[in-house]
Amino acid sequence: MIIKKKYDVVVIGSGPGGLAAAIDAKKGGADDVLVIERDVELGGILLQCIHNGFGLQTFKEDLPGPEYAQRYINEAKSLGISFLLDTMVMDVTSQRKLFLSSRDFGYVEVDAHAIVLAMGCRERTRAQVRLPGYRPNGVFTAGTAQRWVNVEGYMPGNNFVILGSGDIGMIMARRLTFEGAHVERVLEIQSYLSGLSRNYVQCLDDWGIPLQLQHTVKKIIGKDRVEAIEAVAVDNKWNFIPGSEEIIPCDTLLLSVGLIPENELSKKAGVLLDPVTGGPFVDEHFQTNIPGIFAAGNVVHVYDLVDWVSMAGSEAGRSAAEFALAEKARTARYIPLVPGKNVRYIVPHKLDKQALEQGDIHLQMRVTRPIEEDVWLEVHGENNRIVRRSERYVRPGEMVTIVLKPNMHAEVEKAGSLTVDIYPKSEA
Amino acid sequence: MEEKSFICTACPMGCKLIVRMEGDEVIKVLGHRCKRGETYGRQEAIAPQRMIASTVRVVGGLHPLLPVYTKGSIPKRRISDVLAAIRAVEVNAPVKATQVIIPNVIGTGVDVIASRDMPEVRDGN
Repeated sequence: MIIKKKYDVVVIGSGPGGLAAAIDAKKGGADDVLVIERDVELGGILLQCIHNGFGLQTFKEDLPGPEYAQRYINEAKSLGISFLLDTMVMDVTSQRKLFLSSRDFGYVEVDAHAIVLAMGCRERTRAQVRLPGYRPNGVFTAGTAQRWVNVEGYMPGNNFVILGSGDIGMIMARRLTFEGAHVERVLEIQSYLSGLSRNYVQCLDDWGIPLQLQHTVKKIIGKDRVEAIEAVAVDNKWNFIPGSEEIIPCDTLLLSVGLIPENELSKKAGVLLDPVTGGPFVDEHFQTNIPGIFAAGNVVHVYDLVDWVSMAGSEAGRSAAEFALAEKARTARYIPLVPGKNVRYIVPHKLDKQALEQGDIHLQMRVTRPIEEDVWLEVHGENNRIVRRSERYVRPGEMVTIVLKPNMHAEVEKAGSLTVDIYPKSEA
Repeated sequence: MEEKSFICTACPMGCKLIVRMEGDEVIKVLGHRCKRGETYGRQEAIAPQRMIASTVRVVGGLHPLLPVYTKGSIPKRRISDVLAAIRAVEVNAPVKATQVIIPNVIGTGVDVIASRDMPEVRDGN
């Protein structure tokens, strides 16, 4: 693969939002679409969500996460989209320039006419829910445990307590049970389930795993490894109810306590974030406050169904393609002004060919060295002369002006660039 | 007449179902909002079924595990037998998504299939 300097649409992240965005950007007319993924393969978190329940809306089928991802991966590959794997986006600017660090290509800079942010979200960790006690081994987020058990083939422990009744926590309760572990209990600080009811039924109830609402972890016990947790009942304001403490022996505590949109890169590009969702403020096309930067999926707000993430990605991708094509058409009208013989610089540096229809354009420049005899000042395209006039001399200290007139428009239209040469008539 | 109540797991809506029974026979399903819900209610009252997802060992693949699932639902009481059958299997990379890993798992009439492609990766990559 050869990395281009500029892409029509660059998508950051290859989860369901990013893949749908890339596919619809390509279908929407964007020629060069690049997906950047930090993992070694496409698909994002769906690859570790091996349980079924995905795609009921999109495919009218009950699919496991990896197969849902596989369908989008296959489609994206068939469309000729470019992929850069094992690559981190280190910085993004509001001018839509991206700075990458890639295992195969090293440090890379690329420009984009439009960008789709599809970085997804992160799990809330122990530090963010402020669990007191020692910091022993054996405290994991549910998603980390999911990655270990479903992809990498490690068991995080034998005896589990799960804090939080989010979907990933409940799904992991069942999954760990399948793999021979014992799940003692699920604790939920709120008075209601935070995940889907169907997951309560098929993940907890089916396996006799007790759910305690209005309970939380007061303290983690154990110095090198978790030995137990101290559970406690809470009131409606989440205050501990004294006397309700219970020591539950376990060797592992899983946290399923919410997800936060991942927007470190968005902030670097100047994208404004909604303090309520943690994701960018967007319009109906998922465009952020920065023109040409779009965002889709869990990076905007946390969804509970992947089908909706894909829908959001499609809209963002289509809109990004539309923006990119308009931007390309606008920049395609520009031609550069090239300093030729004895010209140090020219202002302006480029011009919009259509602007010449509106009136005169003054090209101002300085020469590199003095010529104390009659000279030609000449503007030409690759194959045609636009204008030529004479001066009695040129000197670096005296600015030279050449005027392009509306009647030169037809000739300028033929040129891909304009070069200015200043040379003695004796050499002509 | 007896009533059983369930939460439907056919889709994420989680409808509350009431199934009226006469002995072992379902008389009526209430509370569903779609055809699948009614089917689920009838099935759940008589002989609960579940789809199962797990992993099998894969040799020479990008990852050490290949995710697999049952192409249809299997009787709930046979889950541990299905899991044991899945655990006994080892496959070689490469694998294609939907490739059959265990045909007709423990005689249930349901195939266990691969959830994704698993590319082959040689050592040292």
